[in-house]
Amino acid sequence: MAMEVTQFLLNAQSVDGNLRKQAEESLKQFQEQNLPSFLLSLAGELANEEKPVESRKLAGLILKNALDAKEARRKFELVQRWFALDASVKAQIKFYLIKTLASPYHDARSTASQVIAKLAGIELPQKQWPELIDTLLATMFQLPAHTKQAILETLGYICEEVSPEVVDQCHVNKILEAVVQGMNASEGNNEVRLAATRALYNALGFAQANFSNDMERDYIMRVVCEATLSPEVKIRQAAFECLVAISSTYYEKLAPYINDIFNITSKAVREDEEPVALQAVEIWSSICDEEIDILDESGDDFSGDSDIPCFCFIKQALPVLVPMLLETLLKQGEDQDQDEGAWNIAMAGGTCLGLVARTVGDDIIPLVMPFIEDNIAKPDWRQREAATYAFGSILEGPSPEKLVPIVNVALNFMLNALMNDSSNHVKDTTAWTLGRMFEFLHGSALDTPIITPENCQQIVTVLLHSMKDVPNVAEKACGALYFLAQGYEDMGPSLSPLSPFFQDILEGLYAVTRREDAGEYHLRAAAYETLNEVVRCSTEETAPMVRQLIPHIMLELHQTFEGQKLSSDERDKQNELQGLLCGCLQVLMQKLGSQETFKNVLLQHVDQMMGLFLRVFSSRSATAHEEAMLAIGALIYASGSCFEKYMPEFYQYLEMGLQNFEDYQVCTITVGVVGDLCRALEDKILPYCDNIMTQLLKDLSSNELHRSVKPPIFSCFGDIALAIGEHFDKYLIYAMPMLQSAAELSIHTTGADEDMTEYTNTLRNGILEAYSGIFQGFKGSPKSQLLLPYAPQILQFLDSLYREKDMDDSVSKTAIGVLGDLADTLQSSAAPLIQQSVSSREFLGECLSSHDDMIKESAEWAKLAITRALSY
Amino acid sequence: MAPPEHRRQFKRPAISDQQRRRELSLQRQAQNRLDAQHRARCLASSALSFETAECEPECPEVELELGSENEGDGGVGSPHEEFDVRKASKLRGAQARKWFARQLILPEWMIDIPDRLSLEWYVFVRPSGNRCFVVSSNGITVSRLRNGSILHRFPSALPGGSRFRDSSGPAQTYSILDCIFHEADQTYYVIDMVCWRGYSLYDCTAEFRFFWINSKLAECGACEPPSQNHRYRFSPVTVYNCDHGGLIAAYTGPVPYAKDGLLFYNKQAHYQTGNTPLALVWKDDNCSQYVIDTDNKGNIPSKQHLVLELQDDLKVTTSDDPPVEILLHGQGLRSEVNRARAFADSYSKVIFQYTVRRSPLKMEDLLFSLSSGNDLENRPADVEMAGE
Repeated sequence: MAMEVTQFLLNAQSVDGNLRKQAEESLKQFQEQNLPSFLLSLAGELANEEKPVESRKLAGLILKNALDAKEARRKFELVQRWFALDASVKAQIKFYLIKTLASPYHDARSTASQVIAKLAGIELPQKQWPELIDTLLATMFQLPAHTKQAILETLGYICEEVSPEVVDQCHVNKILEAVVQGMNASEGNNEVRLAATRALYNALGFAQANFSNDMERDYIMRVVCEATLSPEVKIRQAAFECLVAISSTYYEKLAPYINDIFNITSKAVREDEEPVALQAVEIWSSICDEEIDILDESGDDFSGDSDIPCFCFIKQALPVLVPMLLETLLKQGEDQDQDEGAWNIAMAGGTCLGLVARTVGDDIIPLVMPFIEDNIAKPDWRQREAATYAFGSILEGPSPEKLVPIVNVALNFMLNALMNDSSNHVKDTTAWTLGRMFEFLHGSALDTPIITPENCQQIVTVLLHSMKDVPNVAEKACGALYFLAQGYEDMGPSLSPLSPFFQDILEGLYAVTRREDAGEYHLRAAAYETLNEVVRCSTEETAPMVRQLIPHIMLELHQTFEGQKLSSDERDKQNELQGLLCGCLQVLMQKLGSQETFKNVLLQHVDQMMGLFLRVFSSRSATAHEEAMLAIGALIYASGSCFEKYMPEFYQYLEMGLQNFEDYQVCTITVGVVGDLCRALEDKILPYCDNIMTQLLKDLSSNELHRSVKPPIFSCFGDIALAIGEHFDKYLIYAMPMLQSAAELSIHTTGADEDMTEYTNTLRNGILEAYSGIFQGFKGSPKSQLLLPYAPQILQFLDSLYREKDMDDSVSKTAIGVLGDLADTLQSSAAPLIQQSVSSREFLGECLSSHDDMIKESAEWAKLAITRALSY
Repeated sequence: MAPPEHRRQFKRPAISDQQRRRELSLQRQAQNRLDAQHRARCLASSALSFETAECEPECPEVELELGSENEGDGGVGSPHEEFDVRKASKLRGAQARKWFARQLILPEWMIDIPDRLSLEWYVFVRPSGNRCFVVSSNGITVSRLRNGSILHRFPSALPGGSRFRDSSGPAQTYSILDCIFHEADQTYYVIDMVCWRGYSLYDCTAEFRFFWINSKLAECGACEPPSQNHRYRFSPVTVYNCDHGGLIAAYTGPVPYAKDGLLFYNKQAHYQTGNTPLALVWKDDNCSQYVIDTDNKGNIPSKQHLVLELQDDLKVTTSDDPPVEILLHGQGLRSEVNRARAFADSYSKVIFQYTVRRSPLKMEDLLFSLSSGNDLENRPADVEMAGE
């Protein structure tokens, strides 16, 4: 049944394009005509030691692609096809794969490992291929080293592919035994040891039970720690990676090992090669992450929801940990600020120092200050940069009471350094540090301001000056200005200290966007984004200047359409710029939209602006689309019902956005814009509703669309119903069952992890907002009684939400509102149903006495509506 | 070497401005949705029925604009049939008077004693003073007399009643109270609540409305002593179940204001505008200075004065709906045309004034009716207002 495929596989890798194309076509035909034979042939090719490695490797890859796809629907289809294959075919393929693990050729073995793992990912969850693990392990230690290595690698891939609950504990034990034995120092072959160490990394998630057993855990930890001392650098790195994973997965089990961990990491940080040292630092960053999470959670509510206590490892290690990290800061790369993807020991160390500051707060200050003072004025730029970076790193975490006095002293020094230091590295880090000062220690929430009328002018002058410096320094200066402006966000209507310099700031930022080298280091993006923040935080008195920006930005956007025959690189840049400009216009409209006088200004520009936005849709960039859509949303909000005249032209892009499954952010934003349209056009949106609803219903039934778009779609049903009122009646038979099944699903979802809980709450809110909008939309209409048949299930949904304790506050508020809406619209006809529901009694009672004002207000409304409904 | 994926990029802020734009935009949309929802919840239920046909031809200068946010109002429902109090506050002159006069509950005079008084009724002491309609909205509070003329414009702690209050809740929040302004202590005594924070209470029972007055009024700070942003004090009145104890407490108990009779409210009755038999007023010399109508000089005329309305068909009627025709004949009836008085007397007033001169309904009669029934004595009131 198998066929000779070697030549096709070799031709498919030929440099000759025609040959390649033909071969690919033949393979594709073969696959379509006879899948079992095709897969068998590929597996046979992979297993055949007489075939060239190149064809074997490609055979394996094509086999893997026939089992797996990124896209969920395609993946599902492939899996169904695999299960439909004859049992003997599947068995034969598996045999070939396992056989290949013994191949002397590494590439063949490694490919087989990956295919086996994919198959395991398909079969193990269905309780098939139960003998796999035993087959792999049966004779492992009698086998030659290269086979042992392949088996360990396969085990690692399997652990990566399947979820822990699929593998029973006895197999987990066997896997761990084999892996740990392979890692052991007694294992003479480094390849085997490395494969075992990497396999352990993937298997750690399966080892919950083993980590709860002191003896087993001690053993695993001992072997991992020993592996960190291996003479082979790759093994040391892999072992440290295991320790990183253990630090976060088994934080609560670390106590007995923390001293050893400190000793081996501090040696590695100081002495080992960089890839190893980076992992050693990362261990401490991971421990910080854990402790920050625990402290955050226990700070949120004192009930101690988290069952993991904080062991304060960081606090205990502080006196030795901080000096170790400070040392790393002096090992900067020569051109690290010029290399965007750079990641070196100094960066890792500084990042870790920042996390340590967030973990321990004030305690870090006395340990870092001497280092800063010793180094900040040294002739060597490395010392000055390290001191500045250390200072910038600890600005988040410690209390303002402790930091403000230090910052007050340092501010002048920093401003001076930014103007005059001879090193660009130092200037870059100094500008960043100023930004951090403004981000964390400047704003209405702080008692003692670090920025006063006296130094404000100087700060602005220095930053504007730096914006003319080399691109990386200018970019950081823009960032600092961003946070300087942000600090004045909640000033209210009072005079902003930035107002006297407002024109200079706008001109300075505008000049940056015009720089020839603005394409480097995101400088142009930084300038526009700072412009956005300056606008957002501006006050009434500077509104005329803000208004004048509109024609400028429109002109810029217009000019982006002028370039012709662009290279793909140029087009990317053009799209990015279009996105930035749309973003800027969005911010301008949102800012000015709240002002009555702005409406007239806007009306002058709205035709042109719409024209520009629509042109952006002709680009293929998802980011530009998203920004244009956001901007149109703001325009709709600002222009209100006047927007109607753009609908005929705009509609196609709206639909396009609703169909954009791939860039689901665009889809989400577009759904939001439908809501804006509903509120602006009200019943004038009616002519478009059939198409919009059709599209939204399609979106909901799609498996391809990212799940995060679905809750907003439900909310959007509510927006539509509220806009078109009783005309929503024809959609009820489609929308209501969708809502109903989503509601049931959301009840049965166990909030296993935080992400799921959050999603469930968002989903519930979306569903409830839909119900609210639909009820309110039908209020007062004779058709309102069409909703009566749905009332029982909706009340049941509310009751179920209530019975499930610990309801999220936002869900409570929306849910109790729906109860009111139901009563308000259905009035006395729903009275018996309302009286029967638990929600109308206990839930309402609880909400009425809630400490959350929003919940209480909704509950009062519900009580009122129910009282009215029951009193007829 | 690349940094671990979840580590913040080196020397980069935690959040991108694009993410911020997205989030701010979503926030704005969520807020707009909330506002729309709130408007919808307030809309139909608070819009008082008012046929514009009746007002427009008569009064072309009436402004019917929909307030400043034109994208806001209307939308659902048809704005031509419904006319809410915010629009009404722009009415002037006769229109305003006509409109506002129609918005108050007008108790009939008690000419006989309702059944089940002790079970189904509340009683409270009417403060002496001008009945008025207090509307707080758009940062100002306006009180209007029954004839629509403005008594006071002032800031108050009522929702939407002053510009200095925290702006919790949507901007278009407004409240409407049915009050009596008591000159002596410069206090608005709240005898009923019509709208609260934009939510209508017209269709709620008196039981609920009184409960709402009691819980909401104090909460918003309106009962606090006057201050710069709160010119007049508001106060609830003590409401009793109309059982034996309650009636005696109301009749004899001390109140911080001059009494002007007793008001009886049926517990289940909605806020029904105009004359209603489900709210009753009763007076005697003990609890009111104004039992028998006086003339302009404060003297009791020797004959009973009636104020009646002259209809198009030349019949003279009471203010009731439907009007009761009074046949003008017999001795001692003298008629005088006076355009100054805004409102005709109701039939019940005519009869009450008649009986009060001859054989008045006495407190003893009321108390007797309570004890003769199978009333539950001294049942604690569901709604025992603390008052002052």
